[in-house]
Amino acid sequence: MYRYTDFDATFVAERNAQFRAQVERRIDGSLTEDEFKPLRLMNGLYLQLHAYMLRVAIPYGTLSSAQMRQLAYIAERWDKGYGHFTTRQNIQFNWPTLRDVPDMLDALAEVQMHAIQTSGNTIRNVTADHFAGAAADEIADPRPVAELIRQWSTDHPEFQFLPRKFKIAVTGSPNDRAVTKAHDIGLRMVRNDAGEPGFEVIVGGGLGRTPMIGKVVRDFLPEADLLPYLEAVVSVWNLLGRRDNKYKSRIKITVHEHGIDDIRARVEERFALLRPAFTGVDQQLFAQIKADFAPPAFADRDTGPFDLAYANDPVFRSWADTNLSAHRAPGHAIAQISLKAHGATPGDATADQMRVMADLAERYGHDELRISHEQNVVLPHVHKADLPAIHAALKDAGLATANIGKISDIIACPGMDYCALATARSIPIAQEIATRFDQLKLEHEVGDLKIKISGCINACGHHHVGHIGILGLDRAGVENYQITLGGDHTETAAIGQRTGPGFSADEIVPAIERIVDTYLSERDSAEETFIDTFRRVGMTPFKTALYGESDKKQKAA
Amino acid sequence: MPAIFTPKVITANALLEGDVVYLTQDDTWTRNLKDADVLTDEADAQIRLIDASARTSEVVGVYLADVSPGKSGPKPTHFREAFRMRGPSNYPHGKQSEAL
Ligand code: HEM
Ligand code: SF4
Repeated sequence: MYRYTDFDATFVAERNAQFRAQVERRIDGSLTEDEFKPLRLMNGLYLQLHAYMLRVAIPYGTLSSAQMRQLAYIAERWDKGYGHFTTRQNIQFNWPTLRDVPDMLDALAEVQMHAIQTSGNTIRNVTADHFAGAAADEIADPRPVAELIRQWSTDHPEFQFLPRKFKIAVTGSPNDRAVTKAHDIGLRMVRNDAGEPGFEVIVGGGLGRTPMIGKVVRDFLPEADLLPYLEAVVSVWNLLGRRDNKYKSRIKITVHEHGIDDIRARVEERFALLRPAFTGVDQQLFAQIKADFAPPAFADRDTGPFDLAYANDPVFRSWADTNLSAHRAPGHAIAQISLKAHGATPGDATADQMRVMADLAERYGHDELRISHEQNVVLPHVHKADLPAIHAALKDAGLATANIGKISDIIACPGMDYCALATARSIPIAQEIATRFDQLKLEHEVGDLKIKISGCINACGHHHVGHIGILGLDRAGVENYQITLGGDHTETAAIGQRTGPGFSADEIVPAIERIVDTYLSERDSAEETFIDTFRRVGMTPFKTALYGESDKKQKAA
Repeated sequence: MPAIFTPKVITANALLEGDVVYLTQDDTWTRNLKDADVLTDEADAQIRLIDASARTSEVVGVYLADVSPGKSGPKPTHFREAFRMRGPSNYPHGKQSEAL
């Protein structure tokens, strides 16, 4: 795993000392809130509805057991004993007081973690496929790339005051698990016809108020050209990006307004200027970073215990069928730990649960944990022989829910239960949907289905790319939920289409039930997934199920 | 015809704790909406808002929130203010857990 260099450690320590002094000066009155706010945001500190919130980066979603234990300690020492894992591979603490935050940041630095650039108009925490380095379908591990970008972008003098935030995601697999097409820049690691490694560069994706699917700006970028090319993209946007209007400032709007061909031409021109300045130091660094991500030594062992439990224990079998994915090494598996127990808050883990997961990673999983953008935790490298023991330990900790990718594995943003920008709640809707389908015992019958919920148009819950998306709005002082269908977050990314008028908080769960019933009656076999059925039959049967045949009924909603 | 002025309270988040506070009649901050001063005159509300906003060493994000006055004190009219008064709905945290 990547270890901080002395430079990294000193940098973080200095930043923390600076921030401690800034907090003191805010408290003693020598800094106004207007002066302090950008400083606290640069250090991941938000003020939400009920309290401050500290957002901590988990670069490329990778955590060691020591880091996970420290998060548990922080949750107990300064928060309310839990943490919230988010779609951006962050953890958020919802209840710190201002005075405690510098101590929390120091505690994070002890395990090489920080909250820098988790906020503000900077290049944010770079996200990567949560199965990186483990997935059977992977061409190359995207994490060294993410780390290289992190080192280049952190505190980059030119990129501290960008027109707006800037988000980069990297995947090393043709099956996109990092939602690269909904990022400002998405990088897909590919090989050209000669077999050389490089990137497909996608630019201008984003969700929020004006969702856009990213467009390919370069179909093959040689590996060594990455940083100058990224710098060219960011600096073209830094110049053109609309600082006058925060709703038009993201690169997706710049790309939309200028057209991808114009942007490509400008980027190539800028790239030609910048390229010579990169003399290869970045490539030496990249080689060192790659060595830090060398795969662990995978043992060759008998999978007997797995086979036995699989044959005899139906609960284990159901969990194994749902929560395991194919690993590149023989006898191994990727195990997902669901943070979506039916009726629980999506993405929340208690300090005790964090310690259980840390122990399992240390004992069975080469000391590695991942956080997925779907708000679950991953044990990326476990041997199948150990899975029965892992499953038993998870069960004891309330962490063995077998629902990965199913209807109750819902992404939900914090919504109006925490977020100051929210127009409606999202967590209770997720809780109710999960509880309802668990009661109906329909979850496994329904199969793969992604529901994603946001509490306002900013779309932190990715609702646009959910098979079923739910957007919470405020309609004349009442919570109202709009549904979209047909969104897709993978390599075939698509923005969902609105069904029609929204539903009240009481009506939304029955509405989702009608959609699911429609799918079950329309699908041509149990193998046809929700999204495939939707693509085949289109919106009409779902609309009819939601609003009835006549137009009059639609107006009533 | 001028619009009828909806009664309001002045609210903000405390600088140190970050939690929700309301301005009382004697210009102190309370954590309990029922102790907040209900402002029924627009001009008065604006002046009190300006003064309260200047208290940057105590609070952050001062604004006027609509309320409906009642016998047991003001009540929020919008669900956002109801959440701010109570706390989140997924856990018994925040004000709802504090003995008021
Ligand atoms: C205090 C809480 C939060 C605030 C104030 C906040 C603010 C915002 C805003 C303003 C946007 C729209 C940006 C734009 O369109 O230019 C946004 C987008 C987004 N946020 Fe958040 N957010 C919060 C929490 C979260 C959480 C908890 C997550 C992860 C679960 C998250 C992940 C995202 C994602 C994925 C997007 C959309 C992708 C994009 O940038 O286009 N945010 N957020
Ligand atoms: S989508 Fe809206 S409500 Fe949800 S976290 Fe983002 S800003 Fe807050």
